[in-house]
Parts: sequence; structure tokens; C-alpha cells
Amino acid sequence: MREGTRIGFILLVTPLLLWLTLLIVIPHIDMLLISLRERVGVGEYQFSAANYLTFLQEPLYLWTFLRTAVMSVTATLITLLVAFPVAYYIAKMAKGRVKSLLFLLCLVPFWVSELVRTFGWMILLRETGIVSSLLQYLGLVDGPVEMLYNDAAIMTGLVYTSMLFMVVPLITTLGSLDDAVIEAGYDLGGSGPSILREIIIPHAMPGIVSGCIVVFMLSLGNYLTPTMLGGKDSLWFTELIYSQFIVRFNWELGAAFGFVLLFLSSFIVWAMLRLTGQTLEKTMG
Amino acid sequence: MTPDLECIDLTKRFGDTTAVKEVSFSVPPGSFFSILGPSGCGKTTIMRMIAGFLQPTSGDILIKGKSVLDVAPNKRPVNMVFQHLALFPMMNVADNIGYGLRRAGLPKAEITRKVGEVLDRIGLPGIGHRRVDELSGGQKQRVAIARCMVLEPDVLLLDEPLGALDLKLRERMKIELKALQADFDTTFVYITHDQSEALVMSDQIAVMNNGRFEQMGTARDLYYRPQTPFVAGFVGDSNRWSGRVERAEGDTLELRTENGLLIRGQAHGRALAPGSSAEIFVRPEAVRLSRNEGDLSAFDNRMSCRVTSLLFNAAASRVLVRDAESDGEIEVSLPQSGEFDGLSRGDEVHIGWSGDQANCFPAGAG
Repeated sequence: MREGTRIGFILLVTPLLLWLTLLIVIPHIDMLLISLRERVGVGEYQFSAANYLTFLQEPLYLWTFLRTAVMSVTATLITLLVAFPVAYYIAKMAKGRVKSLLFLLCLVPFWVSELVRTFGWMILLRETGIVSSLLQYLGLVDGPVEMLYNDAAIMTGLVYTSMLFMVVPLITTLGSLDDAVIEAGYDLGGSGPSILREIIIPHAMPGIVSGCIVVFMLSLGNYLTPTMLGGKDSLWFTELIYSQFIVRFNWELGAAFGFVLLFLSSFIVWAMLRLTGQTLEKTMG
Repeated sequence: MTPDLECIDLTKRFGDTTAVKEVSFSVPPGSFFSILGPSGCGKTTIMRMIAGFLQPTSGDILIKGKSVLDVAPNKRPVNMVFQHLALFPMMNVADNIGYGLRRAGLPKAEITRKVGEVLDRIGLPGIGHRRVDELSGGQKQRVAIARCMVLEPDVLLLDEPLGALDLKLRERMKIELKALQADFDTTFVYITHDQSEALVMSDQIAVMNNGRFEQMGTARDLYYRPQTPFVAGFVGDSNRWSGRVERAEGDTLELRTENGLLIRGQAHGRALAPGSSAEIFVRPEAVRLSRNEGDLSAFDNRMSCRVTSLLFNAAASRVLVRDAESDGEIEVSLPQSGEFDGLSRGDEVHIGWSGDQANCFPAGAG
């Protein structure tokens, strides 16, 4: 019996360990080593921090890095603001079939790939697109309007792509809030805003934080949306990494960028958890 | 004196169904009023209308003589203890109790003082810093009451707050609730489906069925003088027969049941002419059990029976007996005085009860 449990345990744990070591640990160690070497001649490398120095010394890299971080944080906040009322409505106000239907509607866009979804936005926003044509038809503008290739378009795409990942944890936490608790708040003299602040948001905090972490990570690491909706000048950090690896074939600098991004995202998530007084165990468990 | 709470012809319809039909009652200040009824009878709807979470279809609700129909729930001078208490899990005990005071904009020092006072009053001093989930069931109960009472409401509504507690604790909380009510000297309106909670604690009880009040009165009234067959059947236990009135002399009746049993009963002012059909209710505890026929000569209903089963349930033990004449089964309380210790199935016993204890109602009255 004990032997059996042991074998079961090993069988269950092996795929996890394989996945962790082969796909996460080994590549990252290798990337770290690559990022810490400098090419001195053909096939000749030496250990150095030159790649990280390049990152710090080149204003464009730093600027892109900062811009990506700020845009991702903004996208996360906007997603939260849009998703919270939606999740509240689905979790607390909609009943029965309407509830399942609304939830399904949130899910439907995710049945097609991100690429197709982003093309959808391009069809809407481009110069010859639907919105532009409509505005011209209504006589609100004189000529075609280009709504793509700016920060607002990137933001729209990021928020749209991330919505579901914010809505789902929010629905789960809000759904676990007993209606009677909200009613008790009203009964004891609370007003709408004060109940939101003192009862609903504190209760939903684990959902808010886990949703924010996921959305932030997705935005920070997003490549498709900024490239397609932001155009060539979108200046997203993942594009820099991509061009170092694929275009410039400078794996050393690309790897260093990758690590800088890893540190950035870990730092911001850590700061966010500290700021809201949450722990990772509480949010994920 | 103006009643603390008065409902006039209160009606609530949800689509085609009428949950509450023209209910009127008034609750004098400082009293403990209960609404007792089976689940789905509309008692929660009444409570939610008083609290302001539902708007009545018609009728009026007055608190201290003033209509509150246009007052939002957070402005009404009533507070509610919810079925599952609905304490705020994200706050500690002191913040829970202080919530309403904070919303009322009281200064911090005063909130702290009032919270301390009310914690003393419910007998839980110094637990303010504790988290809600660290409290026991009884403590949570008291904190939920304190959270309302600290706001000094005109009326406190309680929605089956003891339902989630285990039996022993429930028994203790009944006494404690009654004591708290006397201590705070506030009007309590309590809804429950548990008759013993209502009977023990209330000054006045309204028995509700199908959206209507069947009867309103003291616990004794409801138990001894039920006015409708529903109340007779719902409050306490009863042996129930259907029969036909054979003879009527004032309120004293002689009835013949469907299986041929002759029963003497009381109409208590209800119109029951000879020949009309009636329902007869006799409580098991009103029936006297004896081994000796002579002991029962004082009763006008007497029968010889055979024990068919013994239902042992400590103080509430019963015997089922089958009477020789009609072959009907009758439930009788088993006295725990030692006299019937040896009673067993098949024994011959005699039973008797006074006609005053047999409540008769016109059949089909409800």
C-alpha cells in the first residue's frame, strides 16, 4: 500500500518536475549565462555585464522600458475599472439564465485567437475602417480618420485582451459575498459608496489583486497587440527583445533584456502586494 | 401610547402570487412581537418590507406613528439581525459594531465609548479587537444584536437568527435574547418557524399562513384557544378528527367522527349547528392516561384502548393507543412520574379528556 502511494506520488510529480526543469529552470539558467557574456571575436566570448550596461546607457531602451511599465499599469487599472461593474452585475445582480448568458458573452471573444481579435480592432479603427466611414457618413468629419497606431489604440487592445482575466476572479470573489452582508450595510445606515469602499472592495480584494497580477503580466509580455495596433513606433519592450533575438541576432542583449523584464514584473507585483497588504498565498489560495 | 410599529393592510404581490395579504398589526413599545409561520408563508416578506428592502404593493408601515414608506432602508429607524447574522467578515468586532456609528458621522472617541458600553452590556467586554470568525456561534449572535442596538433603533427586526445554532445553544439563546430585550427595552419583532422560540420569548405572537395572519395573541391564547384549525394544528401537537355535530348545547357539542367515535367538545363561540361537519383537535398532553377506569370519572370523554406503540422522547414521550370501539389511533402524552414505567405494547389502558380541551372548528374553515 505504502509502496503504491509512493509510485503514485512519483508519477504525479514527474511531469511537473520535467516541465519546471526543462521549460523554466534550464532555459532561464541558459539565458542568464547568455546575458552575462560578451562577444569578443568570432566564436569567442567572455564573462561581462556589458549587456546590462548597454541597457542602462541607451536612453531609448530605458525609455521603452519605462513606457511599457507605465502603459501596462495603466492598462491594468483601466481593465479593473471596466471589469468591476461588469463582474458585479454578473455576480450579484443578474439571476439564473441571464447570469450564465452574460458570463458566456464575456467568454465568446476568447474562442478565436488573439491575432484574429486584434485584426477585428484593426478593421474597426483603420483609416478606411468602420468607425472612420461612419463618422464621415454622419458628416462629423471631413476626411478619413486614422485611429490606429497610437497609444489609445494600444490601450484599447490591451484592455480588451485582458478583460476576461479580470472578470473571472472578480466574479468568483464577488459571488462569495453574501447578499445579506450588503443589505446589512444598508440597514445600518451605509450609503452606496461607503458600502462599496468598506464592504465590497475589501471583500473582493483577493480577486482584484489576482486579476491585476494576471492582467499586468499579460500586458507587459504582450507582443501582438502593441505591434499590430501601435504600429512600428509603438515602442513596446517585448518588441525590443524580439528584434534583438530575431532581427539583430544579438542573443546576448536580448537575453539581458528578458531578465530586466522579469525583474521589472516581479518587482511591480511584489510592490502591488505590499501596497494592498495582500499575500500571494491569500490571493492565489 | 403610539405603537412603535404599525402595519396597515400591508399587501405584497410578486407577479401573480400574493405573498402578503392585507396584514394589519401594531406592536406596543418595548414588547417582544413574533411572527410565527411555516416557511413560505410570507413572514420574511413582511420583515423585508419593514426594513425597507421591499416596497409594499399597498398598505402602510408606520414607525412611531410616522409612515416610513418613502424612507430608504439606510435612513429607517429600524435595524435587522439577519438569518445568518451577516457580520462583516472583513472587520473586527469593534469595527462591526461601530459601522453604523461611523456612517452616522459620530466622533471617533464617542464611537469607541459606545462600542465599549454595548460590549459590556452583551457580556463580552474586551473582545473588540477579535476577528469575527474567531467568535463562537453564541458570541456572533450577541455581536450581531449589539451592532444593531448600538444605533438605538426604534424597532429591532430579527429574522430567524437562532436557526443556525445547535439545540443546546438555541435553548440558552432564547432566554438570553429575552433578557437582552428587557435590558435594552427596545421593541423586538422576531420571525421564526420554530414555535418554541416564539412561545418562550414573545409577548404577542401572530401566526401566519399563506400570506395572512391567522391569529394574534399571547402564547397561552394560541395554545389553549386557537381560533382557526391551522393554528390548532401548527402550534403544539394535536390529535385531529373530522366529524359531524350530533348535538349542540350552547358551546358544548357532541360529535360523531368518521370512524364512529363519539367525542364531546367545545365550539368556543364558533357557529356549529347540529348536522354540520367539523374538525376536532385534542392535544396529546390534554389526554389523561390511566390503568384504572375509575380514575377518569371526572372526564366526559372516556375510552378503553390498547397500546400500539411507545414513542420514547424523554420529557416529550408519547404513547399511541388504539381504541377498541372505532379502531382509530390516538396519541397520548406519557407521564414521566414512574407510574407507567412498565407500560408495553399490547397493554390495556384507559384514556379520558375533558370536553373543554377538545377544540372544534367548522370543517373547511382553513
